[in-house]
Amino acid sequence: MRRCVQALLAVLRRYAAGRFRVDATLGWLLIAIAFSAVAPSWAAAPAAEQRAQPLHDPELERRALALGHRLRCVVCQNQSIAESNAELAHDLMNQVRAMLQAGKSEQEIVDFLVARYGEFVLFEPPFDARTLLLWVGPFALAALGLFGLWSGLRRRQQQSGVGATLDEAAKAQADALLAGDSPSKTETRVAKESS
Amino acid sequence: MLAEWGQVLLAQAIAVAALQVFFGLAGAQRGRVAWMVTARRAALAQGAVLATAFAVLIALFLRSDFSVALVAQNSSTLTPWFYQVTAAWGNHEGSMLMWAVALAGWSAAVAWRSQALTEAMRARVVGVLGLVSFGFLLFLTLTSNPFSRLVPAPEQGRDLNPLLQDPGMIIHPPLLYMGYVGTAVTFAFAIAALLSGRMDAAWSRWARPWALTAWLFLTLGIMVGSWWAYYELGWGGWWFWDPVENASFIPWLVMTAFIHSIIVTEKRGAFRAWTVLLAIAAFSLSLLGTFLVRSGVITSVHAFASDPSRGLFILGLLAVTVGVSLALFAWRAPMLAGGGAFGWFSREATLLVNNVLMSAAALAVLLGTVYPLLMDALGLGKLSVGEPYFVAVFVPLMTPAVFFMAISPFLRWKQDDWRRLSKRLVLDFVVTASAALALLAAADHVTLRAWLGLWLTLWVTWGSARLLWERLQNRAEGQSISERLSRIPGSWWGMWLAHLGVGVFIMGATLLGAFEARLDVKMAPGQVAELASYRFRFQGVEEKPGPNYTAMRGTIVVTTADGKPVAVLHPEKRNYHFSAMPMTEAAIDTTWRRDIYVSLGDPVNENEWVVMLFYKPMVLFLWLGPLLMAVGGAVAALDRRYRRQRAHLAVPAGAVGVRV
Amino acid sequence: MRWKYVVPLVVFLGLVVLFAVGFRLNPREIPSPLIGKPAPHFTLPRFVEPSATVTPAVWAGQPYLLNVWATWCVSCRQEHPMLMRLKQEGVRIIGFNYKEIRGDAGLDARKLSPEAEAQLAWQRIGAWLKTGGDPYADLVVDLTGRAAIDYGVYGTPETFFIDAKGVIRYKHIGPITPEVWQDQLRAKWLALQEGS
Repeated sequence: MRRCVQALLAVLRRYAAGRFRVDATLGWLLIAIAFSAVAPSWAAAPAAEQRAQPLHDPELERRALALGHRLRCVVCQNQSIAESNAELAHDLMNQVRAMLQAGKSEQEIVDFLVARYGEFVLFEPPFDARTLLLWVGPFALAALGLFGLWSGLRRRQQQSGVGATLDEAAKAQADALLAGDSPSKTETRVAKESS
Repeated sequence: MLAEWGQVLLAQAIAVAALQVFFGLAGAQRGRVAWMVTARRAALAQGAVLATAFAVLIALFLRSDFSVALVAQNSSTLTPWFYQVTAAWGNHEGSMLMWAVALAGWSAAVAWRSQALTEAMRARVVGVLGLVSFGFLLFLTLTSNPFSRLVPAPEQGRDLNPLLQDPGMIIHPPLLYMGYVGTAVTFAFAIAALLSGRMDAAWSRWARPWALTAWLFLTLGIMVGSWWAYYELGWGGWWFWDPVENASFIPWLVMTAFIHSIIVTEKRGAFRAWTVLLAIAAFSLSLLGTFLVRSGVITSVHAFASDPSRGLFILGLLAVTVGVSLALFAWRAPMLAGGGAFGWFSREATLLVNNVLMSAAALAVLLGTVYPLLMDALGLGKLSVGEPYFVAVFVPLMTPAVFFMAISPFLRWKQDDWRRLSKRLVLDFVVTASAALALLAAADHVTLRAWLGLWLTLWVTWGSARLLWERLQNRAEGQSISERLSRIPGSWWGMWLAHLGVGVFIMGATLLGAFEARLDVKMAPGQVAELASYRFRFQGVEEKPGPNYTAMRGTIVVTTADGKPVAVLHPEKRNYHFSAMPMTEAAIDTTWRRDIYVSLGDPVNENEWVVMLFYKPMVLFLWLGPLLMAVGGAVAALDRRYRRQRAHLAVPAGAVGVRV
Repeated sequence: MRWKYVVPLVVFLGLVVLFAVGFRLNPREIPSPLIGKPAPHFTLPRFVEPSATVTPAVWAGQPYLLNVWATWCVSCRQEHPMLMRLKQEGVRIIGFNYKEIRGDAGLDARKLSPEAEAQLAWQRIGAWLKTGGDPYADLVVDLTGRAAIDYGVYGTPETFFIDAKGVIRYKHIGPITPEVWQDQLRAKWLALQEGS
């Protein structure tokens, strides 16, 4: 037994030792790759110049921010253009502000951006054939689950007779609940009642 | 040399895990006591070995040994020592090692502390945990070795990501991993039940404290993560429905369903297959979350260095673990059918209704998270799923769940009479609903969402108060209040606290959503802005050096509208020496009623800065609610009855083999 | 009724397959909704003649590549020799300089007047074309990035394939490397020419 373990360990050690050499040669390369993989993702917040230009009208600014929250910053990692500090987000946010100031409606602004950047900018996906599962799926599961629960309970009640150990009032209630069943069935249920 | 020791320890852990699997599963199958005992010892040994490996990693960070790639990438000599320690898990490799350590810790705890289980059940659980650990350790050593060397070693390291140089980051990952990994324990219990075909009331009683513990860690982990995002990211949000957040929230929802369905299983022996499925799902979704986060298939604000080989490995691990478990489920679950019956209007039924709703909500979050990926994979275009979707789907599903949550504890087991409760429920509904409306009307903010939230708050808190009152009433006459209180079992208090916590949380989220205010404003020194009856005077910005960064430190004096001092806030914009990205450090003044949250934007010109001012009411309740839930989980997990059960079920050492 | 116990397994396996496929895709690449639509209008100054402005209409009649770039963009530097090669092969490339000053994280454009900004931009572009060569049949300069928004530009470099009628047929995100050109883009370019 113990020798087995030792042999296994030796193999693993040899394997591990092999890795060191690989790492030695690839070390810098790996870091470079890893860093280049991280770098663009953190580029979400670079220092940039053309910054937020909040509107003076607080109501308009509030609308701009509310709208900005519903629009995705395309270069960021899942941030809205109102939250992101990325330069493009600021540009688009300022574009939203400018359009609001010019009297454009929210829908017009959304359409404007979708026409240029695609549906990807919408945090609220449109309801269509493709997104049917997304929108309906959870409710369908809830409905299915409730139906399953309902039929499961019914089956159980039919099999074992729920009212048998209850007091009279509850029994009546249970019977009312099971209304529609034939009396003979009810008797069988009582007979089958288990602990 | 130390790093090589780390390697050796990892290799040892793999070997020990293999032993744990073999002796655990084969021993239980063949009924060999000695094997089963060996499996338990292996679990303890694995815990010790991995804890040592983790200590080695921390030591490497504290020594600033930049010949280790991970240390060079995530630490520096200028990094304060406590962040050198936390840097050990502030990266992919280290956090995966922590995952493995947490798993080994859980396994060791099961091996050590679960005397109530039969030896065979214990061995199976330990064996399954060993299998998970084995797969994970392979992943660690093959794709994410934390001890890899870097030649030549650089003079200085790259420092820890500034976002992670923060107290929240010290505790958030360990808590969350304890939760994630805790789901592995319930998973192991479920698999053991499928393997043995034994899943009775005793099984439920064994599994329940473990499940509750895992759940409470998940709760705390998510809460701390949310808190961290709130104060660290500088936009004042606390939940972004980001894939990484969702990855922790989905298992939480499923675990919540599990800790409720297991009650029905315990009481009635019913819906056992469903309970097992939830346990498998909770763990699978934890793994899936890891896959989503680490593989880079989904974009998230939490950018871990992603690497395709890792993603592929986790996907493989996921496919094998979950595929085999679900195949086992398909094969064995039909055996678990049966159990007692109960009526529609019973506590069991409401528990299960909530189970369905929780599962549907979990599906909603899951779909929202992976749908962009699925669409892309099917070539149907790119789209985004964000907050508007989640709110639109999540709220309608959770509203009835919270509604039933407050009713369920009043119902009798098995079968209750609707007439017994109807009058009171209707009255409560009318009172709470109109009170919510009246409160909102008084605050001049009547919206459907605010009303719904406030109504649910009142419904839950009122229900909790009444529940406690009735519980005390029902006790025998002549007992003092303290006697009555002390007779209430821990699991009841746990339920009561956790449900109250839900109400408290909803209150926080609702009032914050309804009454928060934000103002982005350009300010020159001396200028004053007003928000939510507070005055903010901008005093300017000065440079201030930190240990490994230089900060631009603003000063903003907050007063009430009539000039009474409230706080002096110092938001910062930090430039860390080793990374180009500027970091925003918000300044927050907290009272129980509200936060005043100030963060510094960018300079507009020599003189002016963009300043973001937030008024955030009731934020504290966002953290208090989950905290109550977690305390509830702890109280329930420590219920005396589980311990008494242990004494009762404890098997004489000599008789162990016979029971198999 | 046993089939219902198999459902979770089937659903899960389906998911795994989708993940395995989705795994090969880049979540950061966003297809342009402008494909098949006329190239959006803009009025921008020409590099060679800062005082005069042009609109995309002047390039109509023959297909061209609209290459969005800036001197601060590292990938554009990698791409540049390839653009020179394409020019040799007779590909008509129109340059679109994107936020030359404001997009450069290393500069503080706030300190500059609009005139100084333009002057500096022209200087930098001129120096770039002198050292690396000028692959562009024409070059426009979008200092504010406003026109780029109409093209849905979200990074540099990006290259639009526009046919003789001025309709966008394809958008390439990222640098044009010899491999990408050979494997994908060449065929698209040839298709544009045949269509004209």
